[in-house]
Amino acid sequence: MSDFDYGIVEEAAKQLYIKALCDLPPDVREALKRAYARETKPTARSVYEAIFKTIETADQKHTLICQDTGLPLYKVKIGSRYAWNGYEIKSRLTNGTRRATQEFPFRSSSTHPLLRVNPQTSVGPGLPVFYWDFSEDDTLDILMAPKGSGSENVSKMQMFTPADGVKAVKKFVLDTVVNGGGMPCPPGIIGVGFGGTADLVAKLAKDAILRPVGQRNPDPEIATMEVELEEAINSSGVGAMGLGGDVTTLAVHIETAYTHITQNPVAVNCQCWPARRARAVIHPDGAVEYGY
Amino acid sequence: MAEYHLTSPFSEQDIRQLRAGDIVRFDGRLFGIRDLTQIYMFDQHHEPPVSLAGYPCIHTAPSLRKAGDKWEKICVGTTTSVRMDRFSPDLIAKYGVRAIIGKAGLYQKSLEAMQQYGAVYLAIVGGSAALETLQIEEVEAVYWEHLHPEALYQFRVKNFGPLTVAMDSHGRHLYDEVRAEAARRMPEIYKKLGVA
Repeated sequence: MSDFDYGIVEEAAKQLYIKALCDLPPDVREALKRAYARETKPTARSVYEAIFKTIETADQKHTLICQDTGLPLYKVKIGSRYAWNGYEIKSRLTNGTRRATQEFPFRSSSTHPLLRVNPQTSVGPGLPVFYWDFSEDDTLDILMAPKGSGSENVSKMQMFTPADGVKAVKKFVLDTVVNGGGMPCPPGIIGVGFGGTADLVAKLAKDAILRPVGQRNPDPEIATMEVELEEAINSSGVGAMGLGGDVTTLAVHIETAYTHITQNPVAVNCQCWPARRARAVIHPDGAVEYGY
Repeated sequence: MAEYHLTSPFSEQDIRQLRAGDIVRFDGRLFGIRDLTQIYMFDQHHEPPVSLAGYPCIHTAPSLRKAGDKWEKICVGTTTSVRMDRFSPDLIAKYGVRAIIGKAGLYQKSLEAMQQYGAVYLAIVGGSAALETLQIEEVEAVYWEHLHPEALYQFRVKNFGPLTVAMDSHGRHLYDEVRAEAARRMPEIYKKLGVA
């Protein structure tokens, strides 16, 4: 094993959680500005004005954009050309999450599902949520996302049949978003998982909200489906915060996987307008680059 | 769409002039309440140690820090209101609350209480805690401290808003109107999407 100092990973996890909560990614800011430029309803326009003041205040005062610190999620890509220690990475990311919560300090949103006891650490059995992947280079690439509950609570999945076709999938996405109304704090990103298994489809929907806003699926047919769904959702008139308006979503992102010949699964993961995420790329020499 | 700048406590006349879609900002006292605060008040029958009459209440579980005897703000944001719908008619009828502030609205019985007693639901922009926190000048008091972060909070605010009048005292419910309009548009949208 190498002599890499894993304190660097712990510090990065702490910084990432705080950065994600305070500093909205540039693609999200731009998408909100474009939405504002398109919006014609005065009520909705005043919502955007408050959104921009909120982002500005968080920038200037280094404060949380939203009080919902969410559940912490880390998507980690481990480079194969360096002897990274997976066990150390996992425990350091967990420690960093706890330290961010207690040292910033901010509210822990994590609780026992039955006892409803919140240990004020943001971690616990099953948390943070981790997704692991591998790359061909030598870096440790960590994407952190605090997922708020207003949007997560209106997320849904459904196992359709092949006979239901893609029609059922599209209708499900549209109905889920329109029925959610103002609860997921629109306009945010609508993540769609399409294919896979019951668990994978939900994970794909979460992957989809973590893409930069408007980055299209590389498969042109899926990209077309993204555009069609965006137009359909925005035609509903639900608008910013469900108060009526021309823009209900900044973008629909779809992630797919091959599925069983008898299955046709779909999942929708809603993301709120503060579509928070932060990234750190850690090099074997200890250098850390922060981004989104 | 008219814009109003009010000072709390609000009179019935202050509130009756507001129409769905208007924008409100206000100065003065604001109470913070949450699920547990209202379970404690209504289900467990505890009288609030301070009068809420005429004041606005916001649905929040704030992050605060206690330095000596004094509470300081860290982050105050707003949560989804519908979970607390069942308490809202009594909050208006029994305690004289004139405005409930939250996100995503309340249901029919709350709307009826607003019509009967002269109260409104004011929609805040969800997710905008940084701005709300900035507009809170002081945490004046925390009652029922053992319930924190779902105690009863007394804030002093300056130019608090923008808030949209989403449910007014004349029976208009903006969220219901938006939902009805979406339902009206749906058949055409389904057709265009090829899922009809």
